[in-house]
Amino acid sequence: MLEIKNLHARIAEDGTEILNGIDLVVKPGEVHAIMGPNGSGKSTLSYVLSGKDDYEVTEGDILFNGESILELGPDERAAAGFFLAFQYPIEIPGVATMTFLKAAINAQRKARGESEITTPDFMRLVKETSAKLNISSDMLKRPLNVGFSGGEKKRNEIMQMALLQPKLCILDETDSGLDIDALKVVSEGVNALRSPDRAFIVITHYQRLLDHIVPDVVHVLSKGRIVKTGGPELALELEKNGYADFVDVAA
Amino acid sequence: MPAVQETIATVSAIDVDKYKYGFTTEIESERAPKGLDESTVRYISAKKGEPEWLLEWRLDAYRRWLTMTEPTWARVDYPQIDFQDLYYYSAPKKTAGPSSLDEVDPELLATYAKLGIPLREQEILAGVENGQRQVAVDAVFDSVSVVTTFRAELAKHGVIFCSFSEAVREYPELVKQYLGSVVPTSDNFYATLNSAVFSDGSFVYIPKGVRCPMELSTYFRINEKNTGQFERTLIIADEGSYVSYLEGCTAPTRDENQLHAAVVELVALKDAEIKYSTVQNWYPGDKNGKGGIYNFVTKRGDCRGDSAKISWTQVETGSAITWKYPSCILRGDNSVGEFYSIAISNGRQQVDSGTKMIHLGKNTRSRIISKGISAGHSNNTYRGLVSANRKATNARNFTQCDSLLIGENCGAHTVPYIESRNSSAVFEHEATTSKISDDQMFYCTSRGLSEEDAVALIVNGFVKDVLQHLPMEFMVETQKLIGISLEGSVG
Repeated sequence: MLEIKNLHARIAEDGTEILNGIDLVVKPGEVHAIMGPNGSGKSTLSYVLSGKDDYEVTEGDILFNGESILELGPDERAAAGFFLAFQYPIEIPGVATMTFLKAAINAQRKARGESEITTPDFMRLVKETSAKLNISSDMLKRPLNVGFSGGEKKRNEIMQMALLQPKLCILDETDSGLDIDALKVVSEGVNALRSPDRAFIVITHYQRLLDHIVPDVVHVLSKGRIVKTGGPELALELEKNGYADFVDVAA
Repeated sequence: MPAVQETIATVSAIDVDKYKYGFTTEIESERAPKGLDESTVRYISAKKGEPEWLLEWRLDAYRRWLTMTEPTWARVDYPQIDFQDLYYYSAPKKTAGPSSLDEVDPELLATYAKLGIPLREQEILAGVENGQRQVAVDAVFDSVSVVTTFRAELAKHGVIFCSFSEAVREYPELVKQYLGSVVPTSDNFYATLNSAVFSDGSFVYIPKGVRCPMELSTYFRINEKNTGQFERTLIIADEGSYVSYLEGCTAPTRDENQLHAAVVELVALKDAEIKYSTVQNWYPGDKNGKGGIYNFVTKRGDCRGDSAKISWTQVETGSAITWKYPSCILRGDNSVGEFYSIAISNGRQQVDSGTKMIHLGKNTRSRIISKGISAGHSNNTYRGLVSANRKATNARNFTQCDSLLIGENCGAHTVPYIESRNSSAVFEHEATTSKISDDQMFYCTSRGLSEEDAVALIVNGFVKDVLQHLPMEFMVETQKLIGISLEGSVG
């Protein structure tokens, strides 16, 4: 499904190199966890995959179902099936969450040549999805992410993911700022979306998220490169010994 | 059905043969020679068959105008206007227009299509001349009979809604009593010019205690668009009455008249309420600032009686230059003034707009919410005055001015003037300036929205507080309009 080949990327503004040759293959149905210390390039990877234009790809390629997506904008990647759950979801004042959800769904449908969702279908869909994530109808009426608590923001991200039904879900430190109960709700939301034709890239600092969302593969990122790949046990090992061993390998 | 749609439906349903009343003879009329002197004023007055007093009123304005100089304090920049190089009276002309839509600027057609304007109306707006147009124009002229139908309904309630010229003929006493009583002939350069040469406009009178049964809209008078250069509108709400008035047809007309200097006067007597809504989307000029309308308008309402209320809501997206300050004189005790504004500028547009709330009476209250959005190389200035007279005990004002910048080359300016001569007055002013952040754009586009849709969504969120004060039929169109006016502002 996703193939990242020798990916190099830098910050467009000042040319700082962040990603230094990432290779990664993600197959449908798989959950890949990407762990690593601060500044290793985890979030940058998620932004580069989603097409944020603050970054430049200087070498390598990203293939999605065999085709390069480097020339596609974020909206086109979204329509192709990419979804990024933000570490810090952005506030859009004055735009009701509901309005935003509908605009996003219809934009993607339009890009795929489908007709707009009818209001009753949309209402039903949102009602079902939001209930599973403990999202109140009051929250849906509030402006997007404005004044939301950390937990509300993250649940809202997962709700968007569930509504948009992406092929590739990238979760950027979805566990940050969540208490144990919220972590459980969010993880259940993610697990409910796991399916043989959908893949996940889960970026996290901590092993605890992986107790709830059990990965197939765990990668350790350091200085913009994957320095170690293993099974779920690798996460446990990291939890115990920290990143020191692997960071040294990379150095 | 909202009034506008209803009208469109009614107009298109009417059979051409039913057309009885005609302005056709008036439309045949020629235009005054170029330039302005006393004879031009006399010509206009004679053409309209006006009474002597109105001619004198115009001449008095003209003589004052000669002694005045053009104001230069606004933050707008344009070449000197040669007032002798303009036509001051010009009925719709029979110039050769495009013969079919194929000859019309495709950019203009694309805009119409996005607004969802039916083809037939697109032809009228673009001035296409062919058989089709005749039908369409007749249909539009039939809106005169539509007005007549509505007028029967309005007449039942004693409401007068007619053209200004007709009001001068039919209701001279009312016109004489109120004309110039809010915006006097000596008011300002453009208002004085308007007083001398105004061509036509609308007149509304709502009798005592009557709640006008429908929203009054200038849409009915679309056929007079070519005479709109110097419009004069006068609305009088008698004691305890209510009226909601919608100005503007929400289709972008390409008007060849460069200078528009209209005057709107509102009079609200005791316990009366006037709600005046405008959507203005005249031609803003091209990307380089060539062409476009100069919109120099004087709009003012007078809360003449106690507990009167006047509310201005405006959406300004068009015109090359906008110079406009819809104001309220809060004369009656407990009277209320409101101003809700969305001003969008893109390309090389220049907007200098705001309001004046003049608190004269006791316990008068006013509220100003202004949302300015600048994109491209445009400049958007909010200029407002809130003043409390010595006798305006307990006057209250709340002002909120928010500016949103899109891109690196535009400007937003806020110039509030606050003058209080009464120690019990409380005036609050809040102002913010923000930009659409790259993060907001990325968040929206990563969910599948195109850049243009993302800007439109974010801007619609920004103006939400004002949008909700618009009548329903304007609200939906305004949301679309915002997207259209900001096209090309990103990327």
